[in-house]
Amino acid sequence: MQQFLDLTLSGLSQGAIYAAFALALVLIWRSTRVVNFAQGAMGMFTTYLALLAVDAGWSYWAALLLALGSGLLLGAFIERVVIRPVENGPELNPVIVTLGVFIALQALASLLFGAQYRSFPAPFGLTGLQAGSVNLAITPYGLFTIGAVLVTMIALVALFRFTDLGLRLRASAFNGEVSRLLGVPVGRMLTLGWALAAVVGSLSGLLIAGGELVWPAYMDPLIVYGFVAAVLGGLDSPAGAVIGGVAIGLALSYVSGYAGSEFAGLAALLILVAVLLVRPAGLFGRATVRKV
Amino acid sequence: MTSAVHQPPAAGGPGAAPAFAVEDVTVRFGGLTALDAVSLELGAREVHGVIGPNGAGKTTLLNVCCGFQRPDSGTLSRAGRPLAALAPHQLVDLGIARTLQGVGLFRGLTALENVMVGADRHRRAGFLAALLGLPRAEADRRALAERARSALAEVGAADVADRLPAALPYPVRKRVALARALVAEPEILFLDEPAGGLGSDDIDELAGLIRRLAERATVVLVEHHMDLVMAVCDRITVLDFGRVIAVGDPAAVQDDPAVAAAYLGEESARGDEGGTA
Repeated sequence: MQQFLDLTLSGLSQGAIYAAFALALVLIWRSTRVVNFAQGAMGMFTTYLALLAVDAGWSYWAALLLALGSGLLLGAFIERVVIRPVENGPELNPVIVTLGVFIALQALASLLFGAQYRSFPAPFGLTGLQAGSVNLAITPYGLFTIGAVLVTMIALVALFRFTDLGLRLRASAFNGEVSRLLGVPVGRMLTLGWALAAVVGSLSGLLIAGGELVWPAYMDPLIVYGFVAAVLGGLDSPAGAVIGGVAIGLALSYVSGYAGSEFAGLAALLILVAVLLVRPAGLFGRATVRKV
Repeated sequence: MTSAVHQPPAAGGPGAAPAFAVEDVTVRFGGLTALDAVSLELGAREVHGVIGPNGAGKTTLLNVCCGFQRPDSGTLSRAGRPLAALAPHQLVDLGIARTLQGVGLFRGLTALENVMVGADRHRRAGFLAALLGLPRAEADRRALAERARSALAEVGAADVADRLPAALPYPVRKRVALARALVAEPEILFLDEPAGGLGSDDIDELAGLIRRLAERATVVLVEHHMDLVMAVCDRITVLDFGRVIAVGDPAAVQDDPAVAAAYLGEESARGDEGGTA
């Protein structure tokens, strides 16, 4: 029982990070119908920027703001400069381009920051909380992770549901041509969509790095788990991404705990295959024909 | 070839610049000349029909008017002011709105939200205010929703405000699309086959709505449904093979031998069919 509780708690805080990453994928998929394989590398890059800031004596919080801000700019830059020129070509082109950005950013990070392991600070304690005399498998940092993802998700839902900017973002995502006809600056909306997604991606990179080691490829497992979470949630639904993320976090935690951590990757792929076979639109997606 | 061409605009009076004008526009697609030196002058608060057999160039002309198609030669002007390189997103600021053939609603937005996107022209708060959810942006959003509701009411679709387009019957979706064009309060409204797929009751209502709209805007009606065109239009431009073969009031156009020749055996039969649909 104690083990089940422990696995559940650690699964929740891992799941929150998968949820943030899945959310970043979903935001871009909704607005541009592109699966952004560069999202992990973008989060890695901005996390390294935060690490440089910490090295230079900045506080964790200032470094966090720097990473999120540079994520915003990096997302906007990549959409404008790299994605925009291939957007009107075949649908696969932007996807291939994001793979190219992924590889380029990892190589660039190795050159600029070095390929060795670096440890990344955490703003809160990393030892388990205690309930009475029982040690719980949730750390103050884990609680911070869950809280940060929840706040981000609520802010995004509020933006999309309750502001007219969100309405224009959604309209541009559904049909750019018609939106343009109605006077919506669609190009700006797409750039903003990428920028917002990159902020969330940067957050996931920072959260998973806290108290751990970073190296240019440290986000690679997160890309796989985050993608499975996004597909589980239906790719179209931000709420689905979050629920998918938490579900994957819990599932992988149980698999690692009861069967061994070497099975985690296999379990993720099995879930992916099962979802695609049984419910290809995901748990929360609408069933529509998709060409990726 | 031409018979009723070069009449002055019905409204606006002599000497006044037309609300919107297309002059000598030519569009070629490879070897095909889709529009051949076509001119079109729209007076203020005029209902102007554009008709012609399939492939006559009606939709191409509409695309030129809305900046979707760059003409190979020729000019556009709005109230006497020339429009260089017109782009679709500028239309709204020029007081121009267009509906699409078919419907073109955003499938993931409710009817009300669809119409609110069209009201974008009336937004006042800036980008940042909206992003941060400032009160100014919130007031804006409420005002947009109010405008959108009254546009839906005007087309008789107020009761479906919170439904998604997929849940609505086709004629109602067309009304929502029309509301989305109206909510920007355009001075010139291009309607691309608004009667397509509608039954006769809906078409009668549409005719009434178009006449009401003409009290405050210029309406351009590209339409196959002859009874509707003849009933609501002040003037009609007839295209055939990319050329203007006639311009005039409905009676004159109907009696024009060139028009009869263009439609012979094809479109006249189609028009009658549409009347009983």
